[in-house]
Amino acid sequence: MIRLQPRAMPSKLMGYLAPVIALCLTLLSGLILFALLGVPIGEAFHAFFIEPVSTLYGLSELGVKAAPLILIGVGLSIGFRAQVWNIGAEGQLILGGICGGAVALYFYEVEAWYVLPLMMLAGVIGGMLWAAIPALLKTRFNANEILTSLMLTYVAGLLLSFLVHGALRDPDGYNFPESRLFHDAALLPVIMEGTRLHIGAIVAVFVVVAGWVLLSRTMLGFALKVNGAAPRAGAYAGFGQKRLIWFSLLFTGGLAGLAGLFEVAGPIGQLLPTISPGYGFTAIIVAFLGRLHPVGVLFAGLVMALSYLGGESAQITLNLPVAVTGVFQGLLLFFLLATDVLINFKIVRNVRRQL
Amino acid sequence: MNETILLAILTIITAATPLVFAAIGELVVEKSGVLNLGVEGMMLVGAVSSFTAVHVTGSASLGVLAGMFAGVMLALIFAFLTLNLQSSQVATGLALTIFGIGVSALIGQPLIGVAYEGLPKVQIPVLSDIPVLGRLFFGHDILVYCSIALVIAVSWFLKRTRAGLILRAVGDSHDAAHALGYPVIRVRYLATLFGGGCAGLAGAYLSMAYAPMWVENMSAGRGWIALALVVFASWQPSRVLFGAYLFGGISILQLHAQASGTINIPSQLMSMLPYLATIIVLVLISRDQGRIRRNAPASIGKAFHPTT
Repeated sequence: MIRLQPRAMPSKLMGYLAPVIALCLTLLSGLILFALLGVPIGEAFHAFFIEPVSTLYGLSELGVKAAPLILIGVGLSIGFRAQVWNIGAEGQLILGGICGGAVALYFYEVEAWYVLPLMMLAGVIGGMLWAAIPALLKTRFNANEILTSLMLTYVAGLLLSFLVHGALRDPDGYNFPESRLFHDAALLPVIMEGTRLHIGAIVAVFVVVAGWVLLSRTMLGFALKVNGAAPRAGAYAGFGQKRLIWFSLLFTGGLAGLAGLFEVAGPIGQLLPTISPGYGFTAIIVAFLGRLHPVGVLFAGLVMALSYLGGESAQITLNLPVAVTGVFQGLLLFFLLATDVLINFKIVRNVRRQL
Repeated sequence: MNETILLAILTIITAATPLVFAAIGELVVEKSGVLNLGVEGMMLVGAVSSFTAVHVTGSASLGVLAGMFAGVMLALIFAFLTLNLQSSQVATGLALTIFGIGVSALIGQPLIGVAYEGLPKVQIPVLSDIPVLGRLFFGHDILVYCSIALVIAVSWFLKRTRAGLILRAVGDSHDAAHALGYPVIRVRYLATLFGGGCAGLAGAYLSMAYAPMWVENMSAGRGWIALALVVFASWQPSRVLFGAYLFGGISILQLHAQASGTINIPSQLMSMLPYLATIIVLVLISRDQGRIRRNAPASIGKAFHPTT
């Protein structure tokens, strides 16, 4: 029999190695899945992992998809460290898109420098406001933030649908549920000519650095870590639990809102009934895969972005359902959680000892 | 009684039944000290599996069994990760939901647009023919009766049996239960698998009786609402039944209001109601922290590793 023996100290090496092992296992089971679906493995592998990043445009698309994941992932990784389980980032993203988009439509055809900064501000505030609801309900009424933030995601989706069917609908759009196309001053500048890679990618890298500084170089970051690891020690040290809940939720909400604004002002360019393929949920995996560390989130965001691109490419070239992406993402998180056991435990063979 | 009111009540029953199944299953899981946030994922995989089985074999019972089996299989992954490999219950539950959404969408691809006539209704001679009352109490599908029987059975099991007492002991203090020689891990395994079967059954009811068809993501948050219902019920089975019918009522009444057109509120705003109601109910129950502390299993969500 094999059994688990607790380690005296968590293994640092395994902390780095576990995500790599998990990725390999996901790849392996992915290939088995393709075989089961009756798809030639070589072709599927190529379509999923090689083709999307074999061109410069493909690489730029990787950045487009990774930017929102990294933005939200950094926020979540800080919140999860403090054991604040905000899983409604998708809703906060949608609210950011709505608020930022509403500013763009209000200033329609105003070609001024201040339009875009105002949109970003509105996006951040929108996301923060939506995250403030679970924060208030948690700190004031002790209501579980997992359930409230998730319920608010459904509400946010319906709110967006309501607005693009009504108040924000394109007046010349033959009643299609979509807003006007944003004018030039309300669109994000593109970094690389001929691609959709926008300045959101640069902002994401900046947020990674800021998140790293916050966690490792500030008192607030220290308080967040202590409260997550040992809430009672945190309470004795006088780190107010409520303050940290508020901070975690508002920080993530603001970043998610910004990510939402970047989506509508970047790749999409208008408000549609759906503005995200589940970035807010995938960012949960990104945060865990990145070891709840901002720099890790950067790499994890790129990996998960590839899973989106791979899914799209496999859909086009092999006619595979796009849901394959979701399966991969779920598998990856399973394997990651399973291999994480190696950080705190050693696997040993049970040897019967003679007394 | 007015025909439309009677019809509304009948649809409330079908809307409430999946919530009853999912919530009563999760209640048992939580009573054993495990928090499985993967109800939504297990429901979806249960729904798609049962619909596939019915579509292929034509047998409703096989469909129901397939749904339950799928739920149990997903719960098995959760149990292995959290109970054997000590992974975080919150993270693993989320993974289960993400995985379940993906897998169900993948399996369900060829089922979109496939029709199914729905579960047969139980017809009892004479009784079902009584005006109004006959249709209200007799003449539902068999699973409606099963759901109510299940609540009674779980209530009896938890309060009146030795096994139920052990399960509650494991949920309240796994260390004490372990010291007394009770198999903590095995009890939690069984409870988690039971919860998975119930969630799968809830999914089967959605795709075979409530809808009846397969649509991607068709559970639409019901798994999460079921989790909230357990808190709402303060971990007491009879209140789960009440809560499920309350929520079934809210979701059906808003649908009827939308359809009748008497209330001039956009449909999207009406559709928010069940989610907003969930939040309000959670707030009302959770604000009384003493009540939560008295009723919630003390070891919920905590990992257990026998050190001896």
